[in-house]
Amino acid sequence: MNEAIHAEWTKLRTVAGTWWLLFAVIVLTTGLGAAAAAAVTCSYAGCQQDPVKISLTGTTLGQAIIAILAVSVIGGEYATGMIRTTLVAVPRRSTALAAKAVTLAAVVLAASLPSVLGSVLLGRLLLPGSGFTAAHGFSAPSLTDPSTLRAAVGSVLYLALIALLALGIATVVRDPAVATGVVLGLLYLSPVLVHLVSDPHWQRHLQQISPMNAGLAIQNTTNLRGLPISPWSGLGVLAAWAALALAAGGLALRVRDA
Amino acid sequence: MTITGYRSPLPVGDDGFPSQVRAEWTKFRTVRGWVVGLLTAAVVTVLVSLLGATGSGRSCRHGCTGPVGPGGEAVVDAFSFVHQPLTGDGSITVRVTSLKGGTDTGLEPWAKAGLIVKASTAQGSAYAAVMLTGGHGVRMQWDYIHDKAGSTSPPASPRWLRLTRSGATLTGSESADGAHWTAIGTSRLAGLPSTVQVGMFVTSPDHVETAVHFGGSSSIGGPSSATAGFDQVGVQGQGGPWTGGLVGGGGGPAARPGSSSFHQAGGTFTISGSGDIAPAVGGLGTNTVDRSLVGAFAGLMVMIVLGAMFITAEYRRGLIRTTLTASPRRGRVLAAKALVLGGIAFVAALAASALAFWLVGGLRRSKGDYSLPVSTLTEMRVVVGTAGILAVTAVLALAVGSILRRSAGAVTAVVVLTVLPYILAVASVLPAAPAQWLLRVTPAAAFAIQQSIPEYPQVSTLYTPANGYFPLAPWLGFGVLCAWTAAALALAVVLLRRRDA
Repeated sequence: MNEAIHAEWTKLRTVAGTWWLLFAVIVLTTGLGAAAAAAVTCSYAGCQQDPVKISLTGTTLGQAIIAILAVSVIGGEYATGMIRTTLVAVPRRSTALAAKAVTLAAVVLAASLPSVLGSVLLGRLLLPGSGFTAAHGFSAPSLTDPSTLRAAVGSVLYLALIALLALGIATVVRDPAVATGVVLGLLYLSPVLVHLVSDPHWQRHLQQISPMNAGLAIQNTTNLRGLPISPWSGLGVLAAWAALALAAGGLALRVRDA
Repeated sequence: MTITGYRSPLPVGDDGFPSQVRAEWTKFRTVRGWVVGLLTAAVVTVLVSLLGATGSGRSCRHGCTGPVGPGGEAVVDAFSFVHQPLTGDGSITVRVTSLKGGTDTGLEPWAKAGLIVKASTAQGSAYAAVMLTGGHGVRMQWDYIHDKAGSTSPPASPRWLRLTRSGATLTGSESADGAHWTAIGTSRLAGLPSTVQVGMFVTSPDHVETAVHFGGSSSIGGPSSATAGFDQVGVQGQGGPWTGGLVGGGGGPAARPGSSSFHQAGGTFTISGSGDIAPAVGGLGTNTVDRSLVGAFAGLMVMIVLGAMFITAEYRRGLIRTTLTASPRRGRVLAAKALVLGGIAFVAALAASALAFWLVGGLRRSKGDYSLPVSTLTEMRVVVGTAGILAVTAVLALAVGSILRRSAGAVTAVVVLTVLPYILAVASVLPAAPAQWLLRVTPAAAFAIQQSIPEYPQVSTLYTPANGYFPLAPWLGFGVLCAWTAAALALAVVLLRRRDA
């Protein structure tokens, strides 16, 4: 297993795209978060806004870049035929997939951490200018606050779980373009549907089962009772999606010819 | 002796544009995956639309079949009306002495008191009216969607109003003293019967307030009422006795219980009313035509994958070298691909969106529910425009795929450009101003073509992206997507010419 992980790490770090994509994750996540923190305003005391969630808006964009990376980890190998070399070197296919998952998760965690910390920091700097001041009942977001810490840690985990979900789907689908389409469809369709269906029960159920809506519940720090799903259970729903996708990927890898 | 070089006996190959288009068409239809992808796009469009309609229960608050105006659009038509019949040409003159709001809600800016000539007392019938408003001066309005401003006379000062009928032409005038008259506007009401109802009316629309909360903002509020005094009433023409009554059975949507009444003392009338005479506006929770095509977002995702693969697959298999050998004019190759892909995608998407529109309409009717009525032309624009969004976005994905030559990156780039701005604008923490900015500059502006209920300046409601109102006009928004696609195609052609394949 260690050798397999080492091999995957060598492949991942020597492919030109990896570092650009990780760089893009950090820049785009913090950039969109900063833009949202600057754009949202709180003009009166008691405005019902969640400053931490606003600063972390960038995860909705960062996850798309992470999906590219995750899909290319396996989809790229199918596209070039590299997968056959990989499976000759590591014949135990579940080990090969597990090694990919571990390596990918580690790399994505490493990129998510500065993305999320940067977002919180930029939010801390920008939000007071948007009216999130002590006079309006807001203290600057700080990681010493348990709910802010949960939102930050949870967002890092969220991005890593998105990577695993995308890896699992790409292992099943194999084609990079189709896999990317399936992953992004799964993530982005549910917020659109939640917005456009008018039945509140449907809205609630969609928010409870969709990987993006449920997973991002972890970013809420205010009005937790009003959420359709509690923060950690929401992240649990995403973890279940990722586990299911990886299991399906492992099974497909085992039964199919490469 | 001359030596002639070898010439192939085969006919010279044709590298004209039509044969390139045919070559691309052959590639498309013979690859099973692409045909399957196209069918998938159509099927998910229909299925997700049906799913969305199933998840949108009976949501029309005021009974599902509201009145429909002369233009086929849904309208609100509820007011207090003191009227008499008038046959043939004639005119009615009145002085509005005061306009006051209800004791608790105050005077609404669009509270209306004045004169109206209406085809009948039935809701939705044709009309023309001149009125004094709570905050928008004197106006002339007709057939619900038309509004013309007169003077900015405040509701506190008395104002003379006159409405003159001559055939199908109605002219509204106003005056400060009853002697010197200024024309406000003229309207033609097609199909106005010879005997119409003329008289004084008062109405006051719902009070609307903006509430910002998690995930956007919404409108809160409730009915309001207004009371106006009239005197110096004069009718010229063949009239009859005055009748006091309500149009819209007690006020309709915006009614306040017990807020409609009228008193007559000598030549003075005091009328209270609640409601509105205006086009109905949508908003969240209203079944509009555009909301019956939710599935277009799912179809769009599939089209993006298809569009990107139409070029990246050639790079992956090395087919691009064959293609460029067969037709060395690289710009034309991309043009032929764009034409074939766009054409096929449009036809498939049009079939899917028309089918989804028809099925969702049937589903809503079977649940006793209706979409907010709009004119047939608007319905066609929504259905055809949706197909246009899918087709043009597929071409955008083709161009981005040609620029990046990586399928995963191309798919993500186009999804992030089209779908993510829409999500951020309608369903995120962003307030209205940056949300509207996003829907002006990104390709997501194209979803404006799905907006079925226009913005009316004479109706107060929350015109935000979250409520289904786009900042750009329908075709202008679609033009933004086309401009992005054209720019991406131009860049793709430049890069295709410069780079080795």
